[in-house]
Amino acid sequence: MQLTDTEKAMRDGAGGEAVAAAMDLLIRYGNALGAERLVETDNVAGAFNASTPSVRKIAENGMAEVFSRLNLDSDKTVEIPQMAARTCQLITGIDDQNWALQGADPQMIEMQRASEAFVGQRGVNLMATCTPYQVGNVPTFGEHCAWMESSAVIYCNGALGGRTNVEGKESTGAAALTGRIPYWGYHLTENRYGNRHIRVDVPVRSMLDWGLLGYFTGEMVEENIPVLEGNLSGVDLVKLKHFGAAAASSGGVEMYHIPGHTPEARSAEEAFGTSRAEESHVYDAAARKKMYDTLQSAEDRKVDFIMLGCPHNSIEQVGRIAHLLDGKRLHPDVALWVHTPRAIRTVAERSGYVARIEAAGGKVMSDTCPAISRRLPEGVRVIATDSAKQAHYLPAIAKVQGWFGSLEACIEAGLTGTWKGDF
Amino acid sequence: MSTLTTPLLIRGRGVVAGRVEGEALVTTQTISGWGGINERDGSIIERRHELVGQSFAGKILVFPGAKGSSGWSAFFHMTRINGVAPAAMLFTRMTTKMALGAVVTRVPAMTDFDADVFSAIRTGDHVVVDADAGTVEVTRR
Repeated sequence: MQLTDTEKAMRDGAGGEAVAAAMDLLIRYGNALGAERLVETDNVAGAFNASTPSVRKIAENGMAEVFSRLNLDSDKTVEIPQMAARTCQLITGIDDQNWALQGADPQMIEMQRASEAFVGQRGVNLMATCTPYQVGNVPTFGEHCAWMESSAVIYCNGALGGRTNVEGKESTGAAALTGRIPYWGYHLTENRYGNRHIRVDVPVRSMLDWGLLGYFTGEMVEENIPVLEGNLSGVDLVKLKHFGAAAASSGGVEMYHIPGHTPEARSAEEAFGTSRAEESHVYDAAARKKMYDTLQSAEDRKVDFIMLGCPHNSIEQVGRIAHLLDGKRLHPDVALWVHTPRAIRTVAERSGYVARIEAAGGKVMSDTCPAISRRLPEGVRVIATDSAKQAHYLPAIAKVQGWFGSLEACIEAGLTGTWKGDF
Repeated sequence: MSTLTTPLLIRGRGVVAGRVEGEALVTTQTISGWGGINERDGSIIERRHELVGQSFAGKILVFPGAKGSSGWSAFFHMTRINGVAPAAMLFTRMTTKMALGAVVTRVPAMTDFDADVFSAIRTGDHVVVDADAGTVEVTRR
């Protein structure tokens, strides 16, 4: 891989041991990819804090060791300087305020706080959400980024026209300290054109519709780049957030185009660019029903947990839940947790949404989600969620049965304790 | 069972250097890291995966590549720290998740093969991976 003089100096220790370790990792990683060079980035979204039992032993030796080993893949513990690039923390393991409700060990929240103090001191913005683009990190068109979190990556590329690959815990650590990431994959214009076509024949309008279409898209195109055309309406931030998270879960979709709606596709012609559709798929009523059925992993209709907010909810989504629960009470056997970024929770509190959800017996959580934290209310056997991503992952992680459906179906299950579903 | 006297030789590109031999575990399905494996025992936990319940610890893992969450590298990184990493990774689809995961797992890794590894290697075969030389030797078991 070609390095600039500045990058060679970083490798050779001019920026200190941590920067040298970071550059060493980027070189190993870039060579593994077959990248020709690195590209400058000033927008890093990664996972830097210590919040799980698995890192406890390392954290006992100090937070510099956590960063060295887990964020730089360095065997030597190095002193961690200020981040060189604009850097934020993504979703984390423990809700800083509701940790007791989550059933987290007090020592674990202390560890998370100590690690956040450590990285915060070094310039990591503790957004603590899977949706940094909802709380102040909105890449500009064409901006080179180094982001983790598959649902955020697909949003960055597809919805915003920022440029990032799916980075990991180690590469974002190295990018944060060097302001560099391998120039490979989605950083290059020619790799961003569509190579699959999806014709949407059944109307896609509601949140449920967009989630199901996303899940279908991932199943069909795997890691390719779909161009979606047809009966699509209601395109907005929350629909694309839901669509992308689903597509990134069932496949590995990191980029898509919806001509007329997404920034690199003013037309289908622009979406395909110098590429072409190697395969075409049709999304019809039968495909929609099949996706709905695929997402169900439950048999028992007696539900005891409603999980909302994956990816983290927007302020409008929290408001909608408050509206649906207004003046009602959850079934006594059911817990309902809504997940939203801490910054949005503050607005939700001020808007009265949190109080209305809590009056119905629900909770508004931040910083984490059950799949990341692996923590659910005690004794949960059957969950219901409006998130295709959560329905895909949580049953396997938490060994529970899972129902998937619309927000309205989830709220109804919360109020009655029984899953009826949408079909 | 038939035993080949001469091992089959496959050539490819080394992604992470090193030489190791062991027993193959083969799947034609991509693997999820976060939510797809248990990093404490090296087993596959994805409910619809053909290897669900099986462990890759110490095996020559032959698979198309990575899928799913960006936690891929961190979870395979933890399998190394927990001593349950695969002995080597042979994969066919290069992605950032796969490259970074292989680098931080620090086991010999290869891709870009001159033969179809999924028909050439079966679970249980004895495999010698030499990522420095760019060769894979397969002995049927």
